[in-house]
Amino acid sequence: MKKRKSISYAKWGYIFLIPFFLVYAVFSLYPLISTFVTSFMDITVDQGFISFSGEQEVNNGFCGLQNYTAVFTGEIGRSFYNTAVMWLLGFIPQIIISLLLAAWFTDLRLKIKAQGFFKALIYLPNILMASAVSYLFYGLFSQGGGIWTIINDITGYEGVLLDNAWGARSIVALINFLLWYGNTTILLMAAIMGVDTSLYESAQIDGANSSQMFWKITMPLIRPILLYVLITSLIGGIQMYDVPTLLATSTGYPGQSLLTLVMQIQNRKDASPGIASAICIVIFIVTAILGGIIFYVTEDRSDKRLARKRKKSAKEAV
Amino acid sequence: MSDAPKIKQSTGKGSLLARRIIAYTVLVVLIVISLLPFYLLIINATRGRVQAGIRWYPDQYLLDNFRNLFSATTQNNFGNVFRALGNSFIVAAGSCVLTVYFSALTAYAIHAYDFKLKKIAHTFILLIMMVPTQASAIGFYRFMNDLGLTDTYIPLIVPAVAAPATYFFMIQYMKSSLPLEIIEAARIDGCGEFKTFNRIIIPIMKPAFAVQAIFSFVASWNNFFMPQMILSSKEKYTIPIVLSLMRAETRIDYGVINLYIVIAVIPVILIYLCLSKFIIRGIALGSVKG
Repeated sequence: MKKRKSISYAKWGYIFLIPFFLVYAVFSLYPLISTFVTSFMDITVDQGFISFSGEQEVNNGFCGLQNYTAVFTGEIGRSFYNTAVMWLLGFIPQIIISLLLAAWFTDLRLKIKAQGFFKALIYLPNILMASAVSYLFYGLFSQGGGIWTIINDITGYEGVLLDNAWGARSIVALINFLLWYGNTTILLMAAIMGVDTSLYESAQIDGANSSQMFWKITMPLIRPILLYVLITSLIGGIQMYDVPTLLATSTGYPGQSLLTLVMQIQNRKDASPGIASAICIVIFIVTAILGGIIFYVTEDRSDKRLARKRKKSAKEAV
Repeated sequence: MSDAPKIKQSTGKGSLLARRIIAYTVLVVLIVISLLPFYLLIINATRGRVQAGIRWYPDQYLLDNFRNLFSATTQNNFGNVFRALGNSFIVAAGSCVLTVYFSALTAYAIHAYDFKLKKIAHTFILLIMMVPTQASAIGFYRFMNDLGLTDTYIPLIVPAVAAPATYFFMIQYMKSSLPLEIIEAARIDGCGEFKTFNRIIIPIMKPAFAVQAIFSFVASWNNFFMPQMILSSKEKYTIPIVLSLMRAETRIDYGVINLYIVIAVIPVILIYLCLSKFIIRGIALGSVKG
């Protein structure tokens, strides 16, 4: 027995980690570092000579924070705002509806019938290509399109929502909502179903009602998946690209009100890599901070509270 | 203690019925909102070039639209649109397999083994999970350019090996339903470490695999940003790029494009229908329950 125990499997842990970290280093970490370096460079593109087959890139060297100033002022600064607004408009209803649906589906008293059917349909939009859905909505909302006709018939409004900054943003948010609420619902539901049913049964015997069970049993126990949902939505939100691009083309029509940060990266990848890199790094910092906050709030707090409680009780015991 | 029965009385049969009605109404409304656009999409795929107003039942132009989709004009403007379907499939399937397999392997390494850097590796992956691919996009693009890998599928498929979000899901799943005793048992039976993972862990992880396979396939299939950044020749375009070309065109045939969208969406729906069973009932299934 003793001999068996002394066998160390630790090396297998390292071996199994190799693919992930190798690929990460080559395709993410090195590019991230080089993006960081590029973000401090003044790179211009010289299109001058006919003898060259293509454009010639000229690196004018270190330029301090010049690229970052460009990110926070003018056009790109507005893209920051656009991205945040469209994410919020889509995410808030999404998390509310998803939690509600997940709670209903798993409610022991409510006993929703045909659950498989509902779930499959709710998730359906998510498997469809975001660009395809956006293009479809572009057709439906533009003048003479299906939804335009419905709105026109009901309200008599003859304008085109897509030509209006807030109208167009709301449509982006609506598409994001439609694409993702089913996904979120299923993830949350999976988490809720993972909760030991005997907890609910005993709560029911003790006379707890549905909302009590939801807030006192479900919510604390699904925290890890809730964290996962929040983080992925956050990451997805700042990456927003397909929907506004297909709805408004790369110009961000109307009046650049749909222009997001990532659209700016794509638009500037060749013409001004320095500024594009600065946007990348800003995205990096923002996601790191926001993600860190969510991580701290939803995961660490309970552990710390527990630790504090333990300390307290230890002190009292002394 | 004596308060408990009172609470129970306040949520009697009447309020339960009301809640049920609200729940079903909201569900039906949501489903109508979700499905109406796609119903209109299918109808519009059977309509002609100009589509003014709304139409609730199919028109007669489906075959014409098919013919136009195959036509030389479409080829000229947008490249071979059917080839784009295949291209998208290669990229999505390749990265999906890599993501699911290697994320599980990575999670397994951290879940099942004890080694010095374990905690650091786990925290590191959780930290980089917050970092979207876009954060390193320009460096990635320029690096791939230097390596001569732009306009190939390698930059679109291989990075899928390192998928922190999938890793996170896998390790959550392992924590909840992969008891270490199974691995011990396999070791006692003389099963090698790598074989244990492939033969024993993967089957147990099936529900998690199904869910993550769908998420990853869909993410890659939907991906518009990276392919657009990397690919430049028409015959390598994936579907979203073709769609963006169509969107940029002002004089378009709506019937043809709607038909193309329907075709682009069908393969994913088929895959979804095959795996949805796993998603819906499988996630919370434990491996050694009872």
